[in-house]
Amino acid sequence: MVGFVGDRLGRLGRFAWSGWSGLAAVALLAAVWQAGHEAYGDFILPSPMATALAAIGLLAAPENWTLLLVTMRRALSGFFLAGILGALLGVIAGYAPAVMRLSRPLLTVALGVPPIAWIVLTMIWFGASDATVAATILVSATPVVFVAGAEGVMTRDRGLDAMAEVFGAGPIRRFLSVGLRQVCAHLLPALALALGTSFKVAVMAELLANAGGVGGALARTRAMLDITGALAWVMLSVVALVVGEYGLVRPVRAELERWREAAQPWGVKR
Amino acid sequence: MTALTLTGVGHAFFGRTVLSRVSLSIRRGEVVALVGPSGCGKSTLAHIAAGLISAREGRVANHYRRHAMVFQDPRLLPWRGAAGNIAYPLELSGMSRRERDLRVRQSARMVQLEGQDLDKFPVELSGGMRQRVAIARAMAIEPDFVFFDEPFTALDVALKRRMQDLVIAAARHNRFAALFITHDLMEAIRVAHRILVMHHKGQGLVGERIVDGEPGNRDDASIFASMQAFLRSDIAFAHVHDVDERRRT
Ligand SMILES: Nc1ncnc2c1ncn2[C@@H]1O[C@H](COP(=O)(O)OP(=O)(O)OP(=O)(O)O)[C@@H](O)[C@H]1O
Ligand SMILES: [Mg+2]
Repeated sequence: MVGFVGDRLGRLGRFAWSGWSGLAAVALLAAVWQAGHEAYGDFILPSPMATALAAIGLLAAPENWTLLLVTMRRALSGFFLAGILGALLGVIAGYAPAVMRLSRPLLTVALGVPPIAWIVLTMIWFGASDATVAATILVSATPVVFVAGAEGVMTRDRGLDAMAEVFGAGPIRRFLSVGLRQVCAHLLPALALALGTSFKVAVMAELLANAGGVGGALARTRAMLDITGALAWVMLSVVALVVGEYGLVRPVRAELERWREAAQPWGVKR
Repeated sequence: MTALTLTGVGHAFFGRTVLSRVSLSIRRGEVVALVGPSGCGKSTLAHIAAGLISAREGRVANHYRRHAMVFQDPRLLPWRGAAGNIAYPLELSGMSRRERDLRVRQSARMVQLEGQDLDKFPVELSGGMRQRVAIARAMAIEPDFVFFDEPFTALDVALKRRMQDLVIAAARHNRFAALFITHDLMEAIRVAHRILVMHHKGQGLVGERIVDGEPGNRDDASIFASMQAFLRSDIAFAHVHDVDERRRT
């Protein structure tokens, strides 16, 4: 138990330490941004400092928190829906070649239609509501997860399956104890991608459907030519996405990939 | 008392026959080595006998309680430590955690895995250690029948010997019967009571020899002498060391 907690704390510490490189990257971005600001002036590109202050100013107002939370709620519910549906169908397709062959063309179609077209369609179907945003996220994020799930099943180590079968594991037991872990290795990067897509699509759908949230706020700043405000909202939604990713996807991934870390030679821990 | 009987077993992959008319029977507590050139269908036969593939023809009858298998590659779960891998079949059989820990330690000790190594992931173990974990995993469930599918082919000579001794000792101690597949005749003579030779295209068994004495009591000189005698007196054995089956078409 002590070892278990200690190991996690150690990894958390290493992760926090790697935060320095993240900070350096942010500083670099800020420097380039500042240079752009000095070249083009306040109207085109407000300074990073002014933007950060504006963002903090936005957070001071409780109604802005509600806007952020609305977007986050929509993005996350769409993400969960897409994640569960995509993973489920992907795993089924991975095990059943017939389903896979059927879904390939459908997938191509689904991926070929741009998200913006889906927004128009779902707006007509559902109006300016949560359902519009959720449905748009669903169609744009599910295919990625689906493909990863199917890939995970199809590229699994069949030798391990045979091993489990020899020792008396039935099909379900085999999937839970052997297949699932291998599927997850494929699924998690796809889920991180899907989470990003969910946030982007949520904001876009809100903006176009005028459905409130961060997208609605962006539409308002655009109408008022409030560049600083627009950038501040962008900053806030990026922060929300980062919080979502590091709070949700990364911990699960770190837990599942402990053995991969063990495989890395000393000194190359990333 | 027989532990395993195969009668007229045959199999085909995608219409290509790789195995036909194989019959054999293994008594309780008997270690039988199955030798034959590469690609003659030994693994396929073991997989059929273990129920991983269903045979296209023939019958498989087993009278043992439970079997285990040591594969050619260790086939460890990469996300579990050595101890977790040894415990895996025990978990499948629904054993309590306390009893499991005990069994894992017992069977790890048998293959000389030390306490610290038990926490390591397979990627952190050497090839020989991984194979030892695989053997410990098979032994942990106390099987009364074990399939060994060329378990030591990838190991160097010294390690191979140690592993063979380990199997001999385990077979004695736990009194399991085994089908030991190999294409190394020396290895077969060291570990087995009886040796079967498979036709180079899987068309039945073409030779059978009972090895004098008990496994573990044979010295190197007598093993070498037996091998020479087998190779001289039985043409079936002469083909065993032909590695490339395509040369003989
Ligand atoms: N899953 C499979 N699909 C198609 N053909 C297969 C399959 N497994 C084995 N074979 C074929 O069956 C034949 C026998 O294979 P098998 O693995 O049983 O040989 P083996 O005697 O174990 O060889 P080795 O000593 O090299 O392990 C080979 O010609 C191989 O190409
Ligand atoms: Mg083989």
